[in-house]
Amino acid sequence: MIQYLTNNSEIVWQALQEHLYLALVPILLGFAISLPLGYLAVRFDWLYHPLINTFGVLYSIPSLALFVFLPVILGTKVLSPINVVVALTIYTVALLARTVADGLRAVDPVVVQAATAMGYRRSRRLIDVELPIALPVILAGLRVATVSNISLVSVGSLIGIGGLGQLFTRGFQLFYLEPILIGVILSVLLAGIADLIIVLVQRAITPWTRAA
Amino acid sequence: MITFEDVVKVYRGGATAVDHLSLELPTGKLTVLVGPSGCGKTTSLRMINRMIAPTSGRILIDGKDVAEQDEALLRRSIGYVIQHAGLFPHRTVLDNVATVPVLLGKTRREARAAAYQLMERVGLSAEFAKRYPAQLSGGQQQRVGVARALAADPPIMLMDEPFSAVDPVVRSQLQAEFLRLQQELGKTIVMVTHDIDEAIKLGDHVAVFRAGGRLAQFATPRELLAEPADDFVASFVGRDRGLRSLSFDSATDLPVRPVEGIPLDDAGRPLGLPGVFTKDDSLRVVTDLVISSPGGIAVRVGPDGAADGQVSHHDLADYLASRRR
Repeated sequence: MIQYLTNNSEIVWQALQEHLYLALVPILLGFAISLPLGYLAVRFDWLYHPLINTFGVLYSIPSLALFVFLPVILGTKVLSPINVVVALTIYTVALLARTVADGLRAVDPVVVQAATAMGYRRSRRLIDVELPIALPVILAGLRVATVSNISLVSVGSLIGIGGLGQLFTRGFQLFYLEPILIGVILSVLLAGIADLIIVLVQRAITPWTRAA
Repeated sequence: MITFEDVVKVYRGGATAVDHLSLELPTGKLTVLVGPSGCGKTTSLRMINRMIAPTSGRILIDGKDVAEQDEALLRRSIGYVIQHAGLFPHRTVLDNVATVPVLLGKTRREARAAAYQLMERVGLSAEFAKRYPAQLSGGQQQRVGVARALAADPPIMLMDEPFSAVDPVVRSQLQAEFLRLQQELGKTIVMVTHDIDEAIKLGDHVAVFRAGGRLAQFATPRELLAEPADDFVASFVGRDRGLRSLSFDSATDLPVRPVEGIPLDDAGRPLGLPGVFTKDDSLRVVTDLVISSPGGIAVRVGPDGAADGQVSHHDLADYLASRRR
Protein backbone atom coordinates (compact mmCIF):
# COMPACT_ATOMS: atom_id res chain seq x y z
CA MET A 1 0.00 0.00 0.00
CA ILE A 2 2.88 2.35 0.88
CA GLN A 3 4.43 1.25 -2.37
CA TYR A 4 1.28 2.27 -4.29
CA LEU A 5 1.10 5.53 -2.44
CA THR A 6 4.70 6.53 -3.27
CA ASN A 7 4.33 5.51 -6.88
CA ASN A 8 1.02 7.26 -7.36
CA SER A 9 1.34 10.13 -4.92
CA GLU A 10 0.50 12.61 -7.65
CA ILE A 11 -2.79 10.89 -8.50
CA VAL A 12 -3.79 10.34 -4.86
CA TRP A 13 -2.95 13.92 -3.92
CA GLN A 14 -5.01 15.24 -6.81
CA ALA A 15 -7.92 12.98 -5.93
CA LEU A 16 -7.78 14.18 -2.34
CA GLN A 17 -7.78 17.83 -3.38
CA GLU A 18 -10.65 17.28 -5.76
CA HIS A 19 -12.55 15.41 -3.10
CA LEU A 20 -12.10 18.23 -0.60
CA TYR A 21 -13.16 20.81 -3.15
CA LEU A 22 -16.23 18.85 -4.29
CA ALA A 23 -17.36 18.30 -0.70
CA LEU A 24 -16.63 21.69 0.85
CA VAL A 25 -17.81 24.09 -1.85
CA PRO A 26 -21.36 22.64 -1.66
CA ILE A 27 -21.20 22.89 2.15
CA LEU A 28 -20.35 26.58 2.02
CA LEU A 29 -22.89 27.29 -0.72
CA GLY A 30 -25.52 25.18 1.02
CA PHE A 31 -24.93 26.86 4.36
CA ALA A 32 -25.20 30.30 2.77
CA ILE A 33 -28.48 29.34 1.09
CA SER A 34 -29.91 27.53 4.12
CA LEU A 35 -29.58 30.43 6.55
CA PRO A 36 -32.01 32.75 4.74
CA LEU A 37 -34.26 29.85 3.70
CA GLY A 38 -34.48 28.50 7.25
CA TYR A 39 -35.14 31.99 8.55
CA LEU A 40 -37.93 32.54 6.04
CA ALA A 41 -39.52 29.24 7.04
CA VAL A 42 -39.66 30.53 10.62
CA ARG A 43 -40.60 34.11 9.85
CA PHE A 44 -43.47 33.05 7.60
CA ASP A 45 -45.00 30.09 9.31
CA TRP A 46 -46.95 28.91 6.25
CA LEU A 47 -43.66 28.45 4.36
CA TYR A 48 -42.24 25.93 6.81
CA HIS A 49 -43.97 22.76 5.64
CA PRO A 50 -43.87 23.39 1.87
CA LEU A 51 -40.19 24.23 2.11
CA ILE A 52 -39.23 21.32 4.33
CA ASN A 53 -41.27 18.88 2.22
CA THR A 54 -39.79 20.10 -1.04
CA PHE A 55 -36.27 19.55 0.21
CA GLY A 56 -37.29 16.25 1.75
CA VAL A 57 -38.33 15.07 -1.70
CA LEU A 58 -35.14 16.43 -3.28
CA TYR A 59 -33.07 14.64 -0.66
CA SER A 60 -34.75 11.35 -1.50
CA ILE A 61 -33.58 11.45 -5.15
CA PRO A 62 -30.66 9.04 -5.47
CA SER A 63 -27.40 10.91 -5.94
CA LEU A 64 -26.45 9.04 -9.07
CA ALA A 65 -29.75 9.93 -10.71
CA LEU A 66 -29.22 13.56 -9.80
CA PHE A 67 -25.69 13.55 -11.24
CA VAL A 68 -27.07 12.17 -14.48
CA PHE A 69 -30.14 14.40 -14.75
CA LEU A 70 -28.59 17.69 -13.72
CA PRO A 71 -26.72 18.20 -17.02
CA VAL A 72 -30.07 17.94 -18.79
CA ILE A 73 -31.61 20.57 -16.54
CA LEU A 74 -28.61 22.87 -16.16
CA GLY A 75 -27.31 22.48 -19.70
CA THR A 76 -23.88 21.61 -18.35
CA LYS A 77 -21.54 19.01 -19.80
CA VAL A 78 -22.03 15.52 -18.41
CA LEU A 79 -18.46 15.49 -17.11
CA SER A 80 -18.60 18.97 -15.59
CA PRO A 81 -17.81 19.11 -11.84
CA ILE A 82 -20.58 21.68 -11.58
CA ASN A 83 -23.08 18.81 -11.67
CA VAL A 84 -21.60 17.29 -8.53
CA VAL A 85 -21.33 20.66 -6.82
CA VAL A 86 -24.95 21.52 -7.58
CA ALA A 87 -26.22 18.08 -6.56
CA LEU A 88 -24.38 18.14 -3.25
CA THR A 89 -25.46 21.72 -2.61
CA ILE A 90 -29.06 20.58 -2.99
CA TYR A 91 -28.49 17.81 -0.44
CA THR A 92 -26.78 20.23 1.94
CA VAL A 93 -29.65 22.68 1.73
CA ALA A 94 -32.13 19.85 2.20
CA LEU A 95 -30.44 18.94 5.47
CA LEU A 96 -29.46 22.39 6.69
CA ALA A 97 -32.49 24.52 5.82
CA ARG A 98 -34.48 22.31 8.11
CA THR A 99 -31.99 22.41 10.98
CA VAL A 100 -31.70 26.20 10.68
CA ALA A 101 -35.49 26.49 10.82
CA ASP A 102 -35.80 24.00 13.68
CA GLY A 103 -32.95 25.65 15.56
CA LEU A 104 -34.55 29.07 15.26
CA ARG A 105 -37.96 27.68 16.19
CA ALA A 106 -36.49 26.09 19.30
CA VAL A 107 -35.31 29.44 20.69
CA ASP A 108 -37.35 30.12 23.81
CA PRO A 109 -40.07 32.64 22.80
CA VAL A 110 -39.72 34.24 26.22
CA VAL A 111 -36.10 35.09 25.41
CA VAL A 112 -37.07 36.48 22.00
CA GLN A 113 -39.78 38.60 23.59
CA ALA A 114 -37.39 39.82 26.25
CA ALA A 115 -34.97 40.84 23.50
CA THR A 116 -37.73 42.71 21.68
CA ALA A 117 -38.79 44.43 24.89
CA MET A 118 -35.18 45.50 25.54
CA GLY A 119 -35.34 47.38 22.25
CA TYR A 120 -33.77 45.04 19.71
CA ARG A 121 -34.87 45.58 16.14
CA ARG A 122 -35.68 42.45 14.18
CA SER A 123 -32.46 42.08 12.18
CA ARG A 124 -30.10 42.73 15.07
CA ARG A 125 -32.14 40.44 17.28
CA LEU A 126 -31.70 37.68 14.71
CA ILE A 127 -27.92 38.14 14.60
CA ASP A 128 -27.29 38.86 18.29
CA VAL A 129 -29.83 36.62 19.96
CA GLU A 130 -31.69 34.08 17.86
CA LEU A 131 -28.87 32.77 15.65
CA PRO A 132 -26.34 32.37 18.48
CA ILE A 133 -28.90 30.47 20.57
CA ALA A 134 -29.82 28.28 17.57
CA LEU A 135 -26.15 27.65 16.78
CA PRO A 136 -25.74 24.30 18.60
CA VAL A 137 -28.64 22.84 16.58
CA ILE A 138 -27.40 24.38 13.33
CA LEU A 139 -23.86 23.14 13.85
CA ALA A 140 -25.11 19.64 14.63
CA GLY A 141 -26.86 19.72 11.24
CA LEU A 142 -23.70 21.05 9.61
CA ARG A 143 -21.74 18.07 10.95
CA VAL A 144 -24.20 15.62 9.44
CA ALA A 145 -24.23 17.47 6.11
CA THR A 146 -20.44 17.68 5.96
CA VAL A 147 -19.83 14.01 6.66
CA SER A 148 -22.63 13.03 4.31
CA ASN A 149 -21.19 15.21 1.55
CA ILE A 150 -17.69 13.80 1.94
CA SER A 151 -19.01 10.29 1.49
CA LEU A 152 -21.35 11.22 -1.39
CA VAL A 153 -18.59 12.77 -3.49
CA SER A 154 -17.27 9.28 -4.25
CA VAL A 155 -20.47 8.41 -6.07
CA GLY A 156 -19.52 11.07 -8.60
CA SER A 157 -16.70 8.82 -9.75
CA LEU A 158 -19.30 6.76 -11.61
CA ILE A 159 -19.76 9.73 -13.94
CA GLY A 160 -16.07 10.50 -13.92
CA ILE A 161 -15.78 13.21 -11.24
CA GLY A 162 -15.47 11.83 -7.78
CA GLY A 163 -12.28 12.78 -5.96
CA LEU A 164 -11.12 9.82 -3.95
CA GLY A 165 -13.93 7.80 -5.55
CA GLN A 166 -11.73 7.73 -8.64
CA LEU A 167 -9.42 5.45 -6.69
CA PHE A 168 -12.30 3.00 -6.17
CA THR A 169 -13.21 2.82 -9.87
CA ARG A 170 -9.56 2.52 -10.70
CA GLY A 171 -9.13 -0.37 -8.25
CA PHE A 172 -12.22 -2.15 -9.51
CA GLN A 173 -11.16 -1.79 -13.12
CA LEU A 174 -7.66 -3.10 -12.41
CA PHE A 175 -8.75 -5.75 -9.83
CA TYR A 176 -6.38 -4.03 -7.49
CA LEU A 177 -7.10 -3.63 -3.77
CA GLU A 178 -4.60 -0.93 -2.77
CA PRO A 179 -6.23 2.13 -4.37
CA ILE A 180 -9.61 1.07 -2.96
CA LEU A 181 -8.18 0.78 0.54
CA ILE A 182 -6.36 4.08 0.26
CA GLY A 183 -9.51 5.73 -1.07
CA VAL A 184 -11.59 4.42 1.82
CA ILE A 185 -9.04 5.32 4.49
CA LEU A 186 -8.50 8.83 3.16
CA SER A 187 -12.22 9.42 2.74
CA VAL A 188 -12.97 8.34 6.30
CA LEU A 189 -10.01 10.35 7.58
CA LEU A 190 -11.25 13.42 5.73
CA ALA A 191 -14.74 13.06 7.17
CA GLY A 192 -13.33 12.55 10.65
CA ILE A 193 -11.07 15.60 10.47
CA ALA A 194 -13.83 17.81 9.05
CA ASP A 195 -16.16 16.66 11.83
CA LEU A 196 -13.52 17.30 14.47
CA ILE A 197 -12.90 20.81 13.17
CA ILE A 198 -16.62 21.64 13.39
CA VAL A 199 -16.79 20.23 16.93
CA LEU A 200 -13.80 22.30 18.00
CA VAL A 201 -15.28 25.44 16.45
CA GLN A 202 -18.56 24.69 18.17
CA ARG A 203 -16.86 24.31 21.55
CA ALA A 204 -15.04 27.59 21.03
CA ILE A 205 -18.06 29.66 20.03
CA THR A 206 -20.77 28.14 22.23
CA PRO A 207 -19.13 27.88 25.67
CA TRP A 208 -22.50 28.50 27.32
CA THR A 209 -23.86 25.13 26.23
CA ARG A 210 -21.41 23.43 28.60
CA ALA A 211 -22.35 25.68 31.53
CA ALA A 212 -24.83 24.44 34.12
CA MET B 1 -46.60 59.95 34.36
CA ILE B 2 -48.10 57.14 32.33
CA THR B 3 -51.64 57.81 31.14
CA PHE B 4 -54.13 55.32 29.76
CA GLU B 5 -56.79 57.19 27.78
CA ASP B 6 -59.89 55.09 27.20
CA VAL B 7 -57.78 52.13 26.08
CA VAL B 8 -59.49 49.08 24.58
CA LYS B 9 -57.84 45.86 23.47
CA VAL B 10 -59.91 43.27 21.65
CA TYR B 11 -57.98 40.22 20.48
CA ARG B 12 -58.65 38.50 17.20
CA GLY B 13 -61.51 36.15 17.87
CA GLY B 14 -63.33 38.82 19.82
CA ALA B 15 -62.08 38.36 23.38
CA THR B 16 -61.92 41.69 25.17
CA ALA B 17 -58.71 41.88 27.17
CA VAL B 18 -58.91 45.51 28.22
CA ASP B 19 -62.22 47.35 28.38
CA HIS B 20 -62.13 51.17 28.27
CA LEU B 21 -59.26 51.64 30.67
CA SER B 22 -58.48 55.16 31.80
CA LEU B 23 -55.78 55.44 34.40
CA GLU B 24 -52.96 57.71 35.50
CA LEU B 25 -49.84 56.14 36.94
CA PRO B 26 -47.88 58.75 38.88
CA THR B 27 -44.20 59.45 38.23
CA GLY B 28 -41.72 58.05 40.72
CA LYS B 29 -44.26 55.69 42.24
CA LEU B 30 -44.77 51.96 42.11
CA THR B 31 -48.17 51.07 40.74
CA VAL B 32 -49.30 47.46 40.89
CA LEU B 33 -51.81 46.02 38.43
CA VAL B 34 -53.49 43.09 40.11
CA GLY B 35 -56.38 40.79 39.32
CA PRO B 36 -57.38 37.24 38.43
CA SER B 37 -55.97 35.65 35.29
CA GLY B 38 -57.51 36.96 32.09
CA CYS B 39 -58.26 40.36 33.60
CA GLY B 40 -56.07 42.25 31.14
CA LYS B 41 -53.36 43.33 33.57
CA THR B 42 -50.47 41.92 31.53
CA THR B 43 -51.99 43.17 28.28
CA SER B 44 -52.22 46.65 29.81
CA LEU B 45 -48.58 46.48 30.91
CA ARG B 46 -47.38 45.39 27.51
CA MET B 47 -49.23 48.14 25.73
CA ILE B 48 -47.02 50.66 27.54
CA ASN B 49 -43.88 49.57 25.67
CA ARG B 50 -45.84 48.67 22.55
CA MET B 51 -45.33 44.93 22.79
CA ILE B 52 -49.09 44.92 22.20
CA ALA B 53 -50.99 47.57 20.26
CA PRO B 54 -54.31 48.85 21.65
CA THR B 55 -57.42 48.43 19.52
CA SER B 56 -58.43 51.97 20.41
CA GLY B 57 -57.45 54.65 22.86
CA ARG B 58 -54.04 56.12 23.61
CA ILE B 59 -51.22 55.56 26.06
CA LEU B 60 -49.11 58.57 26.91
CA ILE B 61 -45.82 58.82 28.71
CA ASP B 62 -45.34 62.34 30.08
CA GLY B 63 -47.95 63.52 27.59
CA LYS B 64 -46.39 61.88 24.54
CA ASP B 65 -48.33 59.18 22.73
CA VAL B 66 -46.23 56.00 22.70
CA ALA B 67 -47.71 55.04 19.31
CA GLU B 68 -45.94 58.01 17.74
CA GLN B 69 -42.52 57.03 19.04
CA ASP B 70 -40.00 54.68 17.46
CA GLU B 71 -40.70 51.24 18.92
CA ALA B 72 -37.12 50.18 19.58
CA LEU B 73 -36.04 53.55 21.01
CA LEU B 74 -39.12 53.66 23.23
CA ARG B 75 -38.36 50.20 24.58
CA ARG B 76 -34.73 51.02 25.29
CA SER B 77 -35.96 53.82 27.53
CA ILE B 78 -38.20 51.46 29.51
CA GLY B 79 -36.80 48.73 31.75
CA TYR B 80 -38.52 45.36 31.44
CA VAL B 81 -38.49 42.46 33.89
CA ILE B 82 -40.43 39.22 33.36
CA GLN B 83 -41.37 36.19 35.37
CA HIS B 84 -38.57 33.76 34.53
CA ALA B 85 -36.16 36.63 33.95
CA GLY B 86 -35.88 35.75 30.22
CA LEU B 87 -32.11 36.06 30.34
CA PHE B 88 -30.03 35.42 27.24
CA PRO B 89 -28.64 31.90 27.78
CA HIS B 90 -25.67 32.50 25.48
CA ARG B 91 -24.40 35.55 27.31
CA THR B 92 -22.62 35.85 30.61
CA VAL B 93 -24.36 37.57 33.49
CA LEU B 94 -22.25 40.65 32.86
CA ASP B 95 -23.16 40.83 29.17
CA ASN B 96 -26.81 40.21 29.94
CA VAL B 97 -26.78 43.24 32.21
CA ALA B 98 -24.87 45.27 29.60
CA THR B 99 -27.47 44.55 26.89
CA VAL B 100 -29.36 47.83 26.66
CA PRO B 101 -26.36 50.16 27.11
CA VAL B 102 -24.71 48.32 24.17
CA LEU B 103 -27.90 48.75 22.13
CA LEU B 104 -27.80 52.44 22.97
CA GLY B 105 -24.35 52.67 21.43
CA LYS B 106 -22.06 52.41 24.46
CA THR B 107 -18.84 50.49 23.90
CA ARG B 108 -18.76 47.02 25.37
CA ARG B 109 -16.09 48.10 27.83
CA GLU B 110 -18.16 51.04 29.15
CA ALA B 111 -21.29 48.93 29.31
CA ARG B 112 -19.51 46.19 31.26
CA ALA B 113 -18.05 48.62 33.76
CA ALA B 114 -21.54 49.95 34.44
CA ALA B 115 -22.88 46.41 34.59
CA TYR B 116 -20.50 45.54 37.44
CA GLN B 117 -21.92 48.41 39.48
CA LEU B 118 -25.48 47.32 38.81
CA MET B 119 -24.76 43.75 39.81
CA GLU B 120 -23.51 45.05 43.12
CA ARG B 121 -26.63 47.17 43.45
CA VAL B 122 -28.95 44.18 43.14
CA GLY B 123 -26.86 42.09 45.52
CA LEU B 124 -24.83 39.96 43.12
CA SER B 125 -21.13 39.69 43.85
CA ALA B 126 -18.63 40.13 41.02
CA GLU B 127 -17.86 36.41 40.99
CA PHE B 128 -21.14 35.88 39.11
CA ALA B 129 -20.08 38.16 36.26
CA LYS B 130 -18.57 35.47 34.06
CA ARG B 131 -21.22 32.84 34.70
CA TYR B 132 -24.02 31.90 32.37
CA PRO B 133 -27.70 32.11 33.35
CA ALA B 134 -27.98 28.30 33.49
CA GLN B 135 -25.48 28.34 36.35
CA LEU B 136 -27.65 30.56 38.54
CA SER B 137 -30.54 29.83 40.89
CA GLY B 138 -33.98 31.24 40.09
CA GLY B 139 -33.54 34.04 42.62
CA GLN B 140 -30.14 34.97 41.23
CA GLN B 141 -31.51 34.97 37.69
CA GLN B 142 -34.24 37.34 38.78
CA ARG B 143 -31.66 39.69 40.28
CA VAL B 144 -29.82 39.68 36.97
CA GLY B 145 -33.14 40.40 35.27
CA VAL B 146 -33.66 43.45 37.48
CA ALA B 147 -30.07 44.61 36.94
CA ARG B 148 -30.50 44.23 33.18
CA ALA B 149 -33.69 46.30 33.26
CA LEU B 150 -31.96 49.03 35.29
CA ALA B 151 -28.77 49.09 33.22
CA ALA B 152 -29.56 52.07 31.05
CA ASP B 153 -31.09 53.93 34.02
CA PRO B 154 -34.55 54.11 32.43
CA PRO B 155 -37.08 56.43 34.11
CA ILE B 156 -39.74 53.71 33.77
CA MET B 157 -39.70 50.03 34.65
CA LEU B 158 -42.29 47.45 33.67
CA MET B 159 -42.31 44.27 35.73
CA ASP B 160 -44.46 41.27 34.83
CA GLU B 161 -44.81 38.91 37.78
CA PRO B 162 -41.15 39.48 38.61
CA PHE B 163 -41.07 37.52 41.84
CA SER B 164 -43.62 34.77 41.33
CA ALA B 165 -41.27 32.09 39.95
CA VAL B 166 -39.13 31.87 43.09
CA ASP B 167 -39.84 30.17 46.40
CA PRO B 168 -41.59 32.17 49.16
CA VAL B 169 -38.44 32.78 51.23
CA VAL B 170 -36.46 34.12 48.30
CA ARG B 171 -39.51 36.03 47.14
CA SER B 172 -39.94 38.04 50.33
CA GLN B 173 -36.20 38.66 50.37
CA LEU B 174 -36.26 39.94 46.79
CA GLN B 175 -39.35 42.04 47.53
CA ALA B 176 -37.72 43.69 50.53
CA GLU B 177 -34.52 44.40 48.62
CA PHE B 178 -36.51 45.70 45.71
CA LEU B 179 -38.45 48.11 47.92
CA ARG B 180 -35.16 49.42 49.31
CA LEU B 181 -33.78 49.82 45.82
CA GLN B 182 -36.89 51.69 44.71
CA GLN B 183 -36.60 54.06 47.67
CA GLU B 184 -33.14 54.99 46.40
CA LEU B 185 -34.00 55.13 42.71
CA GLY B 186 -37.54 56.53 42.66
CA LYS B 187 -38.41 55.01 39.28
CA THR B 188 -41.87 55.04 37.80
CA ILE B 189 -42.69 51.35 38.10
CA VAL B 190 -45.63 49.38 36.80
CA MET B 191 -45.78 45.87 38.18
CA VAL B 192 -48.19 43.08 37.33
CA THR B 193 -49.03 40.38 39.83
CA HIS B 194 -51.88 38.02 40.66
CA ASP B 195 -50.87 38.09 44.31
CA ILE B 196 -52.87 40.69 46.22
CA ASP B 197 -50.52 40.45 49.21
CA GLU B 198 -47.59 41.34 47.01
CA ALA B 199 -49.60 44.22 45.54
CA ILE B 200 -50.39 45.59 48.98
CA LYS B 201 -46.87 45.09 50.24
CA LEU B 202 -45.09 46.74 47.31
CA GLY B 203 -47.50 49.17 45.70
CA ASP B 204 -47.80 52.89 46.31
CA HIS B 205 -50.99 52.49 44.32
CA VAL B 206 -52.89 49.38 43.35
CA ALA B 207 -55.15 48.97 40.33
CA VAL B 208 -57.48 46.01 40.78
CA PHE B 209 -58.78 44.51 37.54
CA ARG B 210 -61.71 42.20 37.15
CA ALA B 211 -62.25 39.56 34.45
CA GLY B 212 -63.11 41.11 31.11
CA GLY B 213 -60.44 43.76 31.46
CA ARG B 214 -62.34 46.31 33.53
CA LEU B 215 -60.74 48.39 36.22
CA ALA B 216 -62.48 47.68 39.51
CA GLN B 217 -60.61 50.08 41.76
CA PHE B 218 -57.53 52.29 41.74
CA ALA B 219 -56.39 53.24 45.20
CA THR B 220 -53.61 53.15 47.74
CA PRO B 221 -53.22 49.80 49.51
CA ARG B 222 -54.59 51.33 52.69
CA GLU B 223 -57.73 52.60 50.95
CA LEU B 224 -58.13 49.28 49.23
CA LEU B 225 -58.20 47.45 52.54
CA ALA B 226 -60.30 50.04 54.33
CA GLU B 227 -62.81 50.83 51.61
CA PRO B 228 -63.01 48.27 48.84
CA ALA B 229 -65.13 49.71 46.02
CA ASP B 230 -67.42 46.71 45.70
CA ASP B 231 -67.93 43.08 46.59
CA PHE B 232 -65.52 41.87 43.94
CA VAL B 233 -62.67 43.98 45.30
CA ALA B 234 -63.57 43.05 48.87
CA SER B 235 -63.47 39.36 48.11
CA PHE B 236 -60.33 39.67 46.00
CA VAL B 237 -58.54 41.56 48.74
CA GLY B 238 -59.44 38.76 51.10
CA ARG B 239 -61.20 38.18 54.38
CA ASP B 240 -58.68 39.36 56.94
CA ARG B 241 -58.28 42.79 55.40
CA GLY B 242 -59.02 44.48 58.73
CA LEU B 243 -56.05 42.77 60.29
CA ARG B 244 -53.88 43.35 57.25
CA SER B 245 -54.69 47.06 57.21
CA LEU B 246 -52.96 47.28 60.58
CA SER B 247 -49.67 46.79 58.77
CA PHE B 248 -49.92 50.39 57.52
CA ASP B 249 -49.98 51.86 61.02
CA SER B 250 -46.90 51.97 63.21
CA ALA B 251 -46.90 51.30 66.92
CA THR B 252 -45.46 54.76 67.61
CA ASP B 253 -48.59 56.07 69.32
CA LEU B 254 -49.53 52.84 71.05
CA PRO B 255 -49.48 53.50 74.80
CA VAL B 256 -47.47 51.03 76.86
CA ARG B 257 -47.38 50.14 80.55
CA PRO B 258 -44.21 49.93 82.61
CA VAL B 259 -42.45 46.58 82.33
CA GLU B 260 -43.63 44.25 85.03
CA GLY B 261 -42.99 40.59 85.83
CA ILE B 262 -40.77 39.92 82.86
CA PRO B 263 -37.29 38.47 83.39
CA LEU B 264 -34.61 40.86 82.16
CA ASP B 265 -30.87 40.48 81.78
CA ASP B 266 -28.30 42.93 83.17
CA ALA B 267 -28.74 45.30 80.26
CA GLY B 268 -32.51 45.32 80.71
CA ARG B 269 -33.18 43.10 77.68
CA PRO B 270 -36.10 40.70 78.02
CA LEU B 271 -35.02 37.09 78.51
CA GLY B 272 -36.56 34.06 76.86
CA LEU B 273 -39.14 35.90 74.79
CA PRO B 274 -39.62 34.85 71.18
CA GLY B 275 -40.58 38.28 69.90
CA VAL B 276 -40.46 41.92 70.86
CA PHE B 277 -41.43 45.04 68.96
CA THR B 278 -40.12 48.56 68.49
CA LYS B 279 -41.94 51.84 67.93
CA ASP B 280 -41.36 51.46 64.19
CA ASP B 281 -43.05 48.08 63.89
CA SER B 282 -46.59 47.95 62.60
CA LEU B 283 -49.69 47.38 64.70
CA ARG B 284 -50.06 44.11 62.83
CA VAL B 285 -46.76 42.89 64.27
CA VAL B 286 -47.85 43.91 67.77
CA THR B 287 -51.23 42.22 67.37
CA ASP B 288 -49.56 39.05 66.23
CA LEU B 289 -47.17 39.10 69.20
CA VAL B 290 -49.97 39.68 71.68
CA ILE B 291 -51.97 36.80 70.25
CA SER B 292 -49.09 34.37 69.99
CA SER B 293 -47.33 35.05 73.31
CA PRO B 294 -48.39 32.67 76.10
CA GLY B 295 -49.07 35.48 78.55
CA GLY B 296 -50.97 37.63 76.08
CA ILE B 297 -48.34 40.33 76.46
CA ALA B 298 -46.03 41.97 73.96
CA VAL B 299 -42.87 43.75 75.10
CA ARG B 300 -41.56 46.89 73.48
CA VAL B 301 -37.83 47.47 73.30
CA GLY B 302 -35.80 50.60 72.66
CA PRO B 303 -33.00 50.97 70.12
CA ASP B 304 -30.57 49.32 72.57
CA GLY B 305 -32.76 46.25 72.91
CA ALA B 306 -33.77 47.08 76.50
CA ALA B 307 -37.42 46.59 77.42
CA ASP B 308 -39.19 49.93 77.85
CA GLY B 309 -42.83 48.94 78.04
CA GLN B 310 -45.43 46.23 77.59
CA VAL B 311 -48.85 45.86 76.05
CA SER B 312 -51.58 43.37 76.93
CA HIS B 313 -54.55 42.02 74.99
CA HIS B 314 -56.84 44.55 76.62
CA ASP B 315 -54.52 47.50 76.05
CA LEU B 316 -54.33 46.69 72.38
CA ALA B 317 -58.07 46.17 72.03
CA ASP B 318 -58.73 49.50 73.78
CA TYR B 319 -56.26 51.27 71.54
CA LEU B 320 -57.74 49.80 68.38
CA ALA B 321 -61.22 50.74 69.58
CA SER B 322 -60.09 54.29 70.34
CA ARG B 323 -58.71 54.63 66.80
CA ARG B 324 -62.17 54.00 65.41
CA ARG B 325 -63.62 57.09 67.02
